[in-house]
Amino acid sequence: MKIQEVIDELKSYDGKPVKIMEVCGTHTSSIFKNGIRSMISPKIKLISGPGCPVCVTSAAYIDRLTEFSLKEDHCVLTFGDMMKVKGSSMSLTEAKAAGGNVKILYSPLMALREAREHKNIQYLFAAVGFETTAPIYALMMEEMQQKNINNLKLLTSVKTMVPALSYICEREKNIDAFLSPGHVSVITGADSYLELAEKYQKPFVIAGFEGEHILAAVYEIMSQLKAGRYEVKNMYATAVKEKGNEKARALLSEYFEQGDDFWRGIGIIENSALRLKKKYEMFDGGSRIEGVNEEMPNGCKCTDVILGRKNPAECPLFKTACTPLHAIGPCMVSSEGACGIWYQNS
Amino acid sequence: MKIDMSYGSGGKQTGDLINQVFLKHFNNKTLNRLEDAAVLSVEGKIAYTTDSFVVTPLFFRGGNIGKLAVCGTVNDLSMMGAVPKYLTAGFIIEEGTELETIEEIALTMALTAKEAGVRIVAGDTKVVDGNGGVFINTSGIGEVKKGGISISHCKPGDAIILSGNLGEHHAAILSHRMGIENQIASDCAPLNSIVQNLLDSQIRVHCMRDVTRGGLATVLNEAAEQSSCSVEIWEAALPVSPQVKGFCGILGLDPLYMANEGKMIAVVPGNQAERALKAVQNSKYGTNARIIGTILEGNGVRMKTRLNGLRTIDLLYGEGLPRIC
Repeated sequence: MKIQEVIDELKSYDGKPVKIMEVCGTHTSSIFKNGIRSMISPKIKLISGPGCPVCVTSAAYIDRLTEFSLKEDHCVLTFGDMMKVKGSSMSLTEAKAAGGNVKILYSPLMALREAREHKNIQYLFAAVGFETTAPIYALMMEEMQQKNINNLKLLTSVKTMVPALSYICEREKNIDAFLSPGHVSVITGADSYLELAEKYQKPFVIAGFEGEHILAAVYEIMSQLKAGRYEVKNMYATAVKEKGNEKARALLSEYFEQGDDFWRGIGIIENSALRLKKKYEMFDGGSRIEGVNEEMPNGCKCTDVILGRKNPAECPLFKTACTPLHAIGPCMVSSEGACGIWYQNS
Repeated sequence: MKIDMSYGSGGKQTGDLINQVFLKHFNNKTLNRLEDAAVLSVEGKIAYTTDSFVVTPLFFRGGNIGKLAVCGTVNDLSMMGAVPKYLTAGFIIEEGTELETIEEIALTMALTAKEAGVRIVAGDTKVVDGNGGVFINTSGIGEVKKGGISISHCKPGDAIILSGNLGEHHAAILSHRMGIENQIASDCAPLNSIVQNLLDSQIRVHCMRDVTRGGLATVLNEAAEQSSCSVEIWEAALPVSPQVKGFCGILGLDPLYMANEGKMIAVVPGNQAERALKAVQNSKYGTNARIIGTILEGNGVRMKTRLNGLRTIDLLYGEGLPRIC
């Protein structure tokens, strides 16, 4: 089938309204970059899920980082996206302006170089992410052992997607189908959605990131819905295998174990954290933060956005009080966050 | 030999630095007189501008801070329809900088100035505490050959010409900072020959802008805002090299928002678009130029995507940083 036929078919859809959630920030971004919404019927609603690791990281976690950065001879290493997220009192950008030592990295492995070159400084690496990033953290720790690097620790906030999807399926009954994340599925494998598809009777379609991939996946979802099917379909087979990347998963289970975790804007989701195992606690910079229960700022609808109940434009603060330069909710802060992407592109 | 504070004292070492480095390379009658100010002759209206350069690393594939400092000011003058004539150069040098580094930067500035047909006629040097950093300010004067070129003069029906590939300077600098090995070189270049060709071809250019920080998206938004019109560009027409495309794909960057140092847009009447394109393509730094879009009634910037979807192109907010995943 030609892509134009797929577009024509999706454009002319006039059945009952359908809600499809994409749970990966890169999908959200690609949907905008390719103008996908302008190519499909307004009756097919694409909504964004909790696919931005920065947006769901707790304020208490940011507080740990900012406090650390302000100590003498201490330095926080982080990805750029984390810089603007507010903790309970300040963001890393503000901590830096107040004299804190914060460095932006482009790759986790750069942290090792930094630590080796400046042995007199204690480093804390903000190890945030999903299953995709976590294997690299495991590799980092392997190398830290081999090279005997003692002045670098990880503050982990690693979350897993399937428990979050399960949480959403359980509570948000009006989502008809899921565009499963591409990168996460590379690690977890297509089979990781089988149970969810069966239990909640929803299609889970894994897509790549080009416009054509997304359109084809939406078409597949619409076909399944029309036929009353609810299957896991892997349409990103060049990168995603049924069982995922077994080597990466072995690394994850060597270094991490499951635990409950707090998701900013959502609350506690059972078994959704990858925490460092006790035997690797020498790499842990105090990641366990107990009793977190944070309220969202007044008027902020990030919770509804992350859970797919509202799109960002439906939040009263969107583009008025809340903008990328003055973000109120966490989804506006990151370029991967649904509100940030909507702001930039709509 | 390393520069120390004595090079900024105004005494013997300062004199040595000026004579042995700057005069040697920038060599021209006006500068060589070492007066307090350059006395210059100009014809007609002048364009006058300044820019400061703080890039790290100082040297990168495709150029260095000196080349940037000359091209940046030459290009700003050129975009106003002016022929760049004179530059000044102010150096703020952190102690610990190798003298050889300054010499290499000065040599590049001299070569670039020669290529662009400008003379560096005045300068200043300061040495400050630090650790080997160099900052350069240049200002420049150009003679305006064609007036009325302005970011506020785009009109519905105009065509937008982009002089070549997007994102190369940004990708080269980022590759260097991240220690990524590739062949991507900065596009840093003087654009006055493109402008000269356009004007020589009697094109009625409405607007020219060099596409620097903030990328093409930012320039087009400024044009839409200032000219009270709408801009439509076509994704399929945008030139991006496969190397930069790959680099952006890995890091989650968008070439539309990436900095360039040797690219410009020219907005020209629709019926002169093909002729203008030829003029740009016949220039040394414009061989890969394309007509990338058009000016319409309305407001904002939109892009027709490769798949014929419509995407809104907003300003860049914050830094364009690589994503986590």
